[in-house]
Amino acid sequence: MKQIAFRGVLLLSLSVALVTLGTLLFTVFQDGWGQLDKTLITGVNSSDPHQAGARPAILATIEMGLLLLAFVVPIGVGTAIYLEEYANKERWYNRLLEINIMNLAAVPSIVYGILGLAFLVRGLGLGRVLLAGAMILTLLVLPTVVIASREALRAVPNSIRQGAYALGATRWQVVWRQVLPAALPGIATGSILALSRAIGETAPLIMIGALTYIAFDPTLLGPFTALPVQIYDWISQSDQDYTLRAAGGIIVLLGILLVLNRVAIFVRNRYQKRW
Amino acid sequence: MASRSAVAPPALQSSRIRWGELVIKGMLALCALVSVATTVGILIALLQPAIDFFREISVVDFLTGSEWAPLFEPGSFGVRPLVYGTLAVTFVAIAVAVPFGLGSAIYLSEYAHRRTRKVLKPTLEILAGIPTVVFGYFALVFVTPWLRDIGIQVDIFNALAAGLVMGVMLIPTVASLSEDAMQAVPDALRHGAYALGGNRVHVATRVVVPAALSGIVASFVLAISRAIGETMIVLIAAGQQPTLTLDPRRTVETMTAFIAATGNGDVPRGSIEYKTIFAVGLTLFVATYAMNIVATRLVRRFREVYE
Repeated sequence: MKQIAFRGVLLLSLSVALVTLGTLLFTVFQDGWGQLDKTLITGVNSSDPHQAGARPAILATIEMGLLLLAFVVPIGVGTAIYLEEYANKERWYNRLLEINIMNLAAVPSIVYGILGLAFLVRGLGLGRVLLAGAMILTLLVLPTVVIASREALRAVPNSIRQGAYALGATRWQVVWRQVLPAALPGIATGSILALSRAIGETAPLIMIGALTYIAFDPTLLGPFTALPVQIYDWISQSDQDYTLRAAGGIIVLLGILLVLNRVAIFVRNRYQKRW
Repeated sequence: MASRSAVAPPALQSSRIRWGELVIKGMLALCALVSVATTVGILIALLQPAIDFFREISVVDFLTGSEWAPLFEPGSFGVRPLVYGTLAVTFVAIAVAVPFGLGSAIYLSEYAHRRTRKVLKPTLEILAGIPTVVFGYFALVFVTPWLRDIGIQVDIFNALAAGLVMGVMLIPTVASLSEDAMQAVPDALRHGAYALGGNRVHVATRVVVPAALSGIVASFVLAISRAIGETMIVLIAAGQQPTLTLDPRRTVETMTAFIAATGNGDVPRGSIEYKTIFAVGLTLFVATYAMNIVATRLVRRFREVYE
């Protein structure tokens, strides 16, 4: 009897998460499905909620995503290669580096927003521009990319490195021609997941001024808003019709994330090697 | 982790220094320095204006004052209302995330069939991948009206709805870390308990959970840290009105919500209002960073014991 009760309690706790997830998706789709019209995707923001579109926000989110990948993949993979293939782990500074990255991964995203506000927007004088947004998101997800890349590098068996060294390869030749290609699927999966996390981030972008009325397509060094920020903007309007519009925006956002996740899973299943 | 270092190249004397190799190593180290620069940058960004702030407002007034109205003239700078708001939301979130997260973890680790787990785990992970602005929408549009329907008198913006939704959002965090810790418990311990006549409940609650305790506690600490640092849910659903109350039914303002709400406006640089962002940000950063260090220590402990 106690056995069954305990099992029941466990299943109940699991169902709390699953039922909430179901209710959340149901609510969003119920509110937002009717909002998925052409204007939402191709139009610009408007003072009439029925005419309000998110095109500048969607474009800015895509552009920031691409910039982010261009920044975060080289830096993140470089860091991972340094830590896994080059660094002497007995040295205090390398251990500090490792601990630092673990801790950065758990710093609240709003703190990155403060960093962006203080240095990029005001300090460097970059202003409240799309490039600053991409840079702040890069720093935000950098630890994620580093951790995923390190795991991918660590999964490459040592016999491959030893074989290459035996044939006279230098350290970089071993890394570049043998280890990195073998680790690529894991790195790609981790980077795509980092990208999908960055795309959903709202708070740091609000801090650097993305919460603003934009009625034109974004440029690299111009003011911008992003899709989640646009959603927040609509939610915070008192007009109920804007709230519904926000639900439409959420469906678009979730759609983008779903596609990215599918791609990540595809890459992992298709290319990942088992050693 | 530290036990396996990268393979060293053969220890033969190289005929000449390979400058290209050195340059590459330098560039990789430079990449690694970006994250160091980020930490230093965060510290400088927070400390300098925060120190300026504390020159004008004493630390004692900041920590003990009971009113937060920095944008008024003359302003009041007692951070307690913001801390109370944060605590109210965090308390609700943890009350949801800890029991249900732990329950899910025990089920996944000790009860679920391997195939069931393969389906359940990714489904649970979906929750972790949903943007927080979406959770905020859900809390405001669904949970608050639902709370009123079942007879709980809540304000339109309230800590309860935000906390409940945040708690569910954190279930995967607690569940996946705790499950990792339970999976790291060697089967020999379970077999031993069964051999002594224990049943599944005994094994789960008296053997596996105690053996995995440091990892489980780490997952709780991490969840608390994330609850304190979460911004969008509270900004949308808990309100932007600092109130000195721990009653989760009321409208509150958390530290994060204050930062976001003040940071987006055009607060003039160098003004005391501008500096408050950094003083509150520093409080937040110190609180979460300390908890993260505790969590990583705890995690390392359970890994060392069983691997």
